[in-house]
Amino acid sequence: MTEINTALTDNIGRRNRTNVRFRYLVIAGAVITVIPIFLIVGSLAIKGFRQINLAFFTQPAPDTFQAMMAASTGDIIPGGIANGLTGSLLMVFLASLFAIPPGLMTGIYIYENSSQKYARFIRSLAEILQGVPSIILGIIAYIWIVKNITKGYSALAGSVSLAIMMLPLIIRSTEETMRMIPVSIREAAFALGTPYYKMIYKILIPVSFSGLATGVLLALSRILGETAPLMLTALGSPAISFDITKPVSAVPLLIWDFYNDPNMVSLVWSASLFLMVFVLSMNLLARSVASKHKYI
Amino acid sequence: MNNTSQNDNVLEIKDLSIAYEPGKYAVNGVTASVKRNSITAIMGPSGCGKSTLLRAINRMHELYPDIQTKGDILLDGQSIFSMSVIELRRKVGMVFQRPNPFPNMTIYENVVAGFSLNDIRMKKSRRDEIVENALRNVTLWDEVKESLYRKGTFLSGGQQQRLCVARAIAFNPEVLLLDEPTSALDPIATLKIEDLLGELKKKYTMVLVTHNMSQAARISDDSMFMYLGELVESGRTGTLFTTPKDPRTEAYLTGKFG
Repeated sequence: MTEINTALTDNIGRRNRTNVRFRYLVIAGAVITVIPIFLIVGSLAIKGFRQINLAFFTQPAPDTFQAMMAASTGDIIPGGIANGLTGSLLMVFLASLFAIPPGLMTGIYIYENSSQKYARFIRSLAEILQGVPSIILGIIAYIWIVKNITKGYSALAGSVSLAIMMLPLIIRSTEETMRMIPVSIREAAFALGTPYYKMIYKILIPVSFSGLATGVLLALSRILGETAPLMLTALGSPAISFDITKPVSAVPLLIWDFYNDPNMVSLVWSASLFLMVFVLSMNLLARSVASKHKYI
Repeated sequence: MNNTSQNDNVLEIKDLSIAYEPGKYAVNGVTASVKRNSITAIMGPSGCGKSTLLRAINRMHELYPDIQTKGDILLDGQSIFSMSVIELRRKVGMVFQRPNPFPNMTIYENVVAGFSLNDIRMKKSRRDEIVENALRNVTLWDEVKESLYRKGTFLSGGQQQRLCVARAIAFNPEVLLLDEPTSALDPIATLKIEDLLGELKKKYTMVLVTHNMSQAARISDDSMFMYLGELVESGRTGTLFTTPKDPRTEAYLTGKFG
């Protein structure tokens, strides 16, 4: 009896030590993972903060001469990212217009007819589309819009390429959100004689609102940082423009421009910092919307 | 059809068969009737087709195109398949196994959901009256009158189920279909629902699916016993429980299976 007890106590000691060791291992792994994130945020904040002022949001990007003058005297580079900001907002707005309604409807369609061949086909298409490199979507929009419709680089072409990127994200998130609604809720609506379209817009959509909104916001934050397809479509523009048939700039395009001009390197940090904070707040907004209107 | 039977029987089920896939019948050749202002219990072991039979009465199966239905069901002498689905479901309300108030709606909105979802507009005072009546009828009014504008999902399970009954009777249906309405509830909430059904009998005709024999014995006037998709036996609940004619009914009632 004593032998067994001693053996058990010994064993407990060893098991406790293993537990402790394992816990430290997990904590260490977590710390190692977040180090790069903090490094990125930290260096962006330190290097980019100096340039962020009112002009940064209200003035278009400086030309290289202005930037050179400022850089040579060690001053803050004049100008900002207003042309990129307005271009980004314009294209994201148009892309949302193109992508959100059909995306939601397609998602609902797939959910409602999930056993049908055609719905399964659409779902696989959405999956494939999600895997297509964004530069290829840029080429597609280039051929469709730049070549044939606006006869030149344009905000419209940029938004079409972004809309194609958003579509699969919205379709998938809509379908997955709808799947979480208990069948009995749908049946309860039908048992009251509710017509099909009413069931969708008075029950399904409101009940799943938080999930739908989260999906849309995440899709938006995804396309906000997209650069490659815009290079082939929106091209970039030194001035603020709201003409959808003309080239416009975008924040990520500006970052690329700043990077290519040795005099404007410090603006790279500010623009990146801004873009990251913007996308981050979008994600936080998505989270708070999700928790506020959560019914399922 | 003579007039008296039309008056006595609200529902006549005629040689009804329902198949989930071709040739596999979940309900097989059932013929039965349901008397006005009574509770008819459908009993039987799991998978015997009792819920399937119930859901045929308001044509819920039409939501699933693979399900095939043969035979006929008459509501007040008229075939339900000749009515519009919306008209039928106004006359035949349904309460489900799990409480399912609409989670996006307040208690008030849930009660009048049948109207708002069908675009039936009315004055606020009339709506208030319907809500109060329906909630009083399900003995929920005193518990929720202070919180009518809170979401229905804040209520307890038993209260939610009574809210669902209120939602169904707000439409003033003739028939109320109840698909194991107490199976997700605790004994006290179950008792409340059972008392409530006894009261509602004065106004409505009810068909109750239950796997709980003692519940059927407690509250039903007539009973049907189903087994493997067939209606084995039906009759007055008292008679069926004391002197079952079919050996399968007797075996079920004495707890030999199910």
